Amino acid sequence: MFPTDRRYTRDHEWAQKENGRVRIGITAFAAERLSDIVFVELPKVGAEVRAGAAFGAIESVKAASDLYAPVSGRVVEVNQAVIDGPEALNQDPHGSAWMVVMEMSAPEEWDQLLDSEAYAALVGAEQT
Amino acid sequence: MKPASGWHPHRYLPHTGAEIEEMLRVAGVASLEDLFAEIPADVRMKRPLELQPALPEGELLAHLRRLADKNAHADRMVSFLGAGAYDHEIPSVVWRLAGRAEFVTAYTPYQAEAMQGELQAAYEYQTMLCELTGMDVANASMYDGASALAEAAVMARDLTGRNRVVTSSAVHPHYREVLRTYTRHLGIEVVEVPHRDGVTPAGEVRAAVGPETAAVMVQSPNAFGCIEQGSALAQAAHEAGALFVSAVAEPISLGLLRPPGDYGADIVAGEGQPLGNHLNYGGPYLGMLAARRAFVRRMPGRLVGMTKDRDGRRGFVLTIQAREQHIRREKATSNICTNEALNALAAAVYMAALGPTGMRRVAEVNARRAHYTLEQLTALPGVGRAFAAPVFNEFVLRTPLPPDQLNARLAEVGFLGGLALGAWYPGLPDGWLVCVTEARTRRQIDAFVEAVKEAIVR
Amino acid sequence: MTRPPTTMPVIFERSVPGRIAAAPPAPDVPDVPMETIVDAAHLRNTPPILPEVSELDLVRHYTRLSHRNYSVDAGFYPLGSCTMKYNPKINEDAAGLAGFARLHPNTPDPLAQGALELLWRLEQMLCEISGMDRVTFQPSAGAHGEMTALMMIRAYLEDRGERRTRVIVPDSAHGTNPASAAMCGFEVVTVRSDARGNIDHAALRRATDGSVAALMLTNPNTLGLFEEGIYEVAEIVHGCGALMYLDGANFNAMLGITRPGDQGFDVMHMNVHKTFGTPHGGGGPGAGPVAVKRLLEPYMPAPTVERDGDRFLLDGDRPKSIGRVRAFNGNFGIFVRTYAYLLAYGPLLRQVSEAAVLNANYLLALLRPHFDLPYDRRCMHEFVLSGRRQKEQHGIRTLEIAKRLLDYGFHAPTVYFPLIVSEAILIEPTETESRQTLDEFADAMIRVAGECATDPETVRNAPHSTAVTRLDEVAAARKLNLRWTAGGGSGS
Repeated sequence: MFPTDRRYTRDHEWAQKENGRVRIGITAFAAERLSDIVFVELPKVGAEVRAGAAFGAIESVKAASDLYAPVSGRVVEVNQAVIDGPEALNQDPHGSAWMVVMEMSAPEEWDQLLDSEAYAALVGAEQT
Repeated sequence: MKPASGWHPHRYLPHTGAEIEEMLRVAGVASLEDLFAEIPADVRMKRPLELQPALPEGELLAHLRRLADKNAHADRMVSFLGAGAYDHEIPSVVWRLAGRAEFVTAYTPYQAEAMQGELQAAYEYQTMLCELTGMDVANASMYDGASALAEAAVMARDLTGRNRVVTSSAVHPHYREVLRTYTRHLGIEVVEVPHRDGVTPAGEVRAAVGPETAAVMVQSPNAFGCIEQGSALAQAAHEAGALFVSAVAEPISLGLLRPPGDYGADIVAGEGQPLGNHLNYGGPYLGMLAARRAFVRRMPGRLVGMTKDRDGRRGFVLTIQAREQHIRREKATSNICTNEALNALAAAVYMAALGPTGMRRVAEVNARRAHYTLEQLTALPGVGRAFAAPVFNEFVLRTPLPPDQLNARLAEVGFLGGLALGAWYPGLPDGWLVCVTEARTRRQIDAFVEAVKEAIVR
Repeated sequence: MTRPPTTMPVIFERSVPGRIAAAPPAPDVPDVPMETIVDAAHLRNTPPILPEVSELDLVRHYTRLSHRNYSVDAGFYPLGSCTMKYNPKINEDAAGLAGFARLHPNTPDPLAQGALELLWRLEQMLCEISGMDRVTFQPSAGAHGEMTALMMIRAYLEDRGERRTRVIVPDSAHGTNPASAAMCGFEVVTVRSDARGNIDHAALRRATDGSVAALMLTNPNTLGLFEEGIYEVAEIVHGCGALMYLDGANFNAMLGITRPGDQGFDVMHMNVHKTFGTPHGGGGPGAGPVAVKRLLEPYMPAPTVERDGDRFLLDGDRPKSIGRVRAFNGNFGIFVRTYAYLLAYGPLLRQVSEAAVLNANYLLALLRPHFDLPYDRRCMHEFVLSGRRQKEQHGIRTLEIAKRLLDYGFHAPTVYFPLIVSEAILIEPTETESRQTLDEFADAMIRVAGECATDPETVRNAPHSTAVTRLDEVAAARKLNLRWTAGGGSGS
């Protein structure tokens, strides 16, 4: 159910490596649980974020959640389309509705992240 | 003992003894006492409450009338008191409408479909407040002007990521005190620039702001009634990358004066009491909060938005509630929940009753009568103007006898004189803050001037 | 309510340039150009775009809006934790007396003796009812009271040289509790509830140490249940040098029955709307006076109301005070109503809680066969059901049950709160409702529960009889429209 080409956090973000950078988004499970997403707040390009720290926020009508960085590093790209149309997060969370691209400052953090299988198990546990 | 023994019929409680017994039976509870069986016996009261016996309706009202009659209210005394609360005429229509039980006895509009009246009224209030202040968005209300200003400081901190606010000693002392109370534990430092000749010196504000400054917060007309140089102060804030927060304690002035949005305000926080709300010995009043569009997600308090129903009909709901405490809990923009919705509704009726023409006219009458009074009073021997800056409807005079003493003499002949400023500003022991609204007639003003004259020469 | 055929206009759509509904007086002082009074640079160039309507236009508009509003005066309002009881009419008359409504807050104390005496007497009454020693009237709402109380606690601890950083809040608490703690710079520690709905004592013990400033507890809690081990809870908290704070949202369940001051609480706020029947005004004004034990008295917001012989005065000389939390003397007009309410009951105040708890237990008995009951205990003034059964068996969400109740002419109960109960339905009948009303409401609830099986589509698409049908909250939040703009109101 969750793509095997990327890693995951316990806070329901995904992280995908590409050309030495990391693309980050939220999982379909998180998007579905929040239901209709109405607002997303993301850091500016150039912001330094720390793994596990809040770097943004996401809101639906009835819920709000912080976004936690899967890895540490510097934000090099921000998806303006998601800020302008947060409904994309409900439609394509693993694809076009990515949030930021980061340059990692501590590559060893990557190994701390969950693989698809482990994340699916986590989701399974949360659903019961 | 019968299950309902000791029960006394009361006009607010519908229960008869027979009903109580039947209801206890259905609930499977032996007696009224037994309803509280889960409360540990040793914390229960073993005596009746020591309160005076219940009063029937007639005696109750008579008692309250006696208390009310001991007060020197604005119908009994001709009042020239302002300083943060203003005695304006309130058209009868305002509270005849805002006081309708359908508004008064409703809860917060959580079930929007059944609460369109309150929601639409709040949306219309938000719109009118934006128009009056020249801002893009306004919330549905805060507690009062002072707490609204304090919340604006927190908002500015969140928006800028900076931890210092610069304010002025010419901001109402209560507002500054509340600002300090609210910010003390949030790591926000409050810096106060002293006023010069009754206004906030832009040069010193410029010197006080820096890269740590979240906001410059200035009131206009200020605590002395003086109109501040809003543009210069806003510019000083913006040059340092800080926000400019404009405090308004007398919104009637905005019928005549440039709105804060016109001279660069990023947030407007203030007191809406003058817009159709009674003096009420200090409350309930109406905290006003308005801001630029981009700041809406950091606003505290309720916001009403327009939307559609399933049949495409226009409707209104509480919106972007994820900012608020019931969802965000400790990460909310504020803890505010209950606000002053009914007072906001009254303010909306007031603004709609006057319209643009009426708001201008009522503001002009305030200014003209105040200036007339100022001229008459300063013509008296020993009475002088404290500050030269332009004023709207209140002004500071220096009096030849201590203001408290002057007020005491005036009270003897039926006048509530101006505020003796010494308590708030020890540097102004002879400062007397006189307020003249449209509710003071020419005849009252002339009699007041005469009374002041007599009090001085006595 | 019948549905009007067209959309209700906003008042701006009624506007006709040149109309006015109020007549400001003529200046009747010498006419001088405005620019000689106020510098032209300070003058407004463009008038605000406000409605221009006649007085009758205005009356009709707001009267029609009022008809689109549910209220206690119109019907039963079982909104749990909100306490929508009857608001006595005489209290409105009392607050409207010119001696109160027209009294300026800067009136010197000797000329405001009646108002100060009222506050002083009210303080005595609230102390007797709560078992506390002093009361501050400044906080303007419950949440404001929470913040004020926590600031006093912090000032008290700092005065003793203690820097405590954490506040404990149970998972069943109102959202204002953690939000208020955060505004006082405290870190919030959440402690779970046990299977009986009490705060979990073992978890509380683990969380309580020398870094904890206070426990914020609602009692009876938001499940409508009395904390059975309140003494032990107070012992744990006090044992660590922390203070006991009562969120008085549910104080109305124990008036004259048990006093927070006797239960071990050091400080509490009262919601005068929930407890003493002041109207809610569609969201406010309220008042959240805070009552304290003697140890916190030095830290109360200044000024306090004091008596000196037969004179009453405001005492602002309080060097250890946390300072003001608002301008002037609090929501005085609301306290006139509170005072009138208490005079109308006197010692019979106990019957308020008796009738409230009786009504809740009676209604619970009628409804329990039809809904899940997560905590099967004797309830206090309110109780929590769960719509779990309706969701699992028929796919009907609790929100839809709530909306369907509107069609039966009732306001819905509180739903999805407290957060620890799934599909929560929190019902508070209040003491002023008659048995007949409770029976009618129970019938409606039971019929809706039946409809979940027999006619789920009708429930799912409810409400059908209100002024508007289900409103699109998602669209409202995604495309914000917070103010009217000429030409369609599509602005923000």
